[in-house]
Amino acid sequence: MQARNKLASFEKAVLPHLDAAYNLARWLTRNDPDAEDVVQEAYLRAFRFFGGFHGENGRAWLLGIVRNTSYTWMQRNRSTELNMPLDDEPHEVKDDNLNPEELLLQKADAQMLRQAVEELPLEFREVLVLRELEEMSYKQIAVVADLPLGTVMSRLARARKRLQQILASHRQTEVLS
Amino acid sequence: MSCQTTQELIHPYADGELDLARGLEVEQHMDECQVCASVYRNQIALRSAFKNSSLYHSAPARLEKRIRSSLHHEAKSEAGRRSFGWRWLPAGAALAFVLLMAFVIWRAVPSLRPSGDDLLAQEIVSNHVRSLQLETHRTDVISSDQHTVKPWFDGKLDFAPPVKDFSGQGFPLIGGRLEYLNNRAVAALVYQRQKHYINLYIWPAEQSNASGEVATKRQGYNLLHWTNSGMNYWAVSDLNGVELHEFARLVQEAQ
Repeated sequence: MQARNKLASFEKAVLPHLDAAYNLARWLTRNDPDAEDVVQEAYLRAFRFFGGFHGENGRAWLLGIVRNTSYTWMQRNRSTELNMPLDDEPHEVKDDNLNPEELLLQKADAQMLRQAVEELPLEFREVLVLRELEEMSYKQIAVVADLPLGTVMSRLARARKRLQQILASHRQTEVLS
Repeated sequence: MSCQTTQELIHPYADGELDLARGLEVEQHMDECQVCASVYRNQIALRSAFKNSSLYHSAPARLEKRIRSSLHHEAKSEAGRRSFGWRWLPAGAALAFVLLMAFVIWRAVPSLRPSGDDLLAQEIVSNHVRSLQLETHRTDVISSDQHTVKPWFDGKLDFAPPVKDFSGQGFPLIGGRLEYLNNRAVAALVYQRQKHYINLYIWPAEQSNASGEVATKRQGYNLLHWTNSGMNYWAVSDLNGVELHEFARLVQEAQ
């Protein structure tokens, strides 16, 4: 592949997913300039590996690279965040009354929800962002996050539950204050 | 279906990832169970909250510019690396290896290449032939007197060739000339045997040890060469091998 052609077909296949790339990087790094650096680095990596891309799903392929680049970046800059243990085992659902949280969610404004998602552990945050914001299928999420399908399912369930708990605790402090 | 199973499946159900049959079972359970139904409603509420709260971070315009320019830069340097020829490196290495092996074999197997002596014999025959083409080519100094010929070389060569006349034995000295052979100036002595001319080329040998006569034949000419007293001798003539050998013996005995 000639360099010119390679660049042209890369731009055509991968540049349209810039928003998706930035969205994921921004949610993982939680910071604008860092997200920009990560995305630029990811695009350069993607360009180098473009020979290995066979046109299946450009977005999932790129987001996989963005995710890896983000993790590498965090390993360098925020290694403590990466080393938080995460327990993926399915937990028994306790019969607690979830009705108040339903109410709470409906009232949750953008600012509260944003803050709650940012508080989620990294592994929960990424599957949630890929599902709720990128609206990816479980299969695509499995590709991007390099996880078995079953883990995607259980992790998403736990992420949502945790999110609701965080929202509930925020609500409580709000009421108390 | 139990509450636990249902709540495990509620997420894939809400995400449209559950097959139809199991989806129906989940719906059936939620019709009867308020708790599970509320978990589901929570899930739906969460989704619409995400949709309504513009949590999506779109890339700033400057980022696209930045990426485009760094990609162009990368493409350019990639093209540079290509034209430098790294792509051909394995082929080049293979070719170099083949050439090296060919050279090694050529060096190791003497029959595949002309030896130094072969090349020299060719040179000497050419020189002999040229010297016969014109009478003026044959000699620089015409004299049958060895005491005239030998001093003639003084100052023309960095060595003193032994010069002897063998008129008594039927090989009269005709004269001498200066030649350039084997990358150096050499002495050429011209003898005659009846109608045949003999050129005797002499120059210092690199090795001082004497070596016996080696006879070869080229283009109908007989050649004899030997080393003696630190000198190389090449005798060439259209004379028959026996008589040339006789001549060579005379030269060697004279020293």
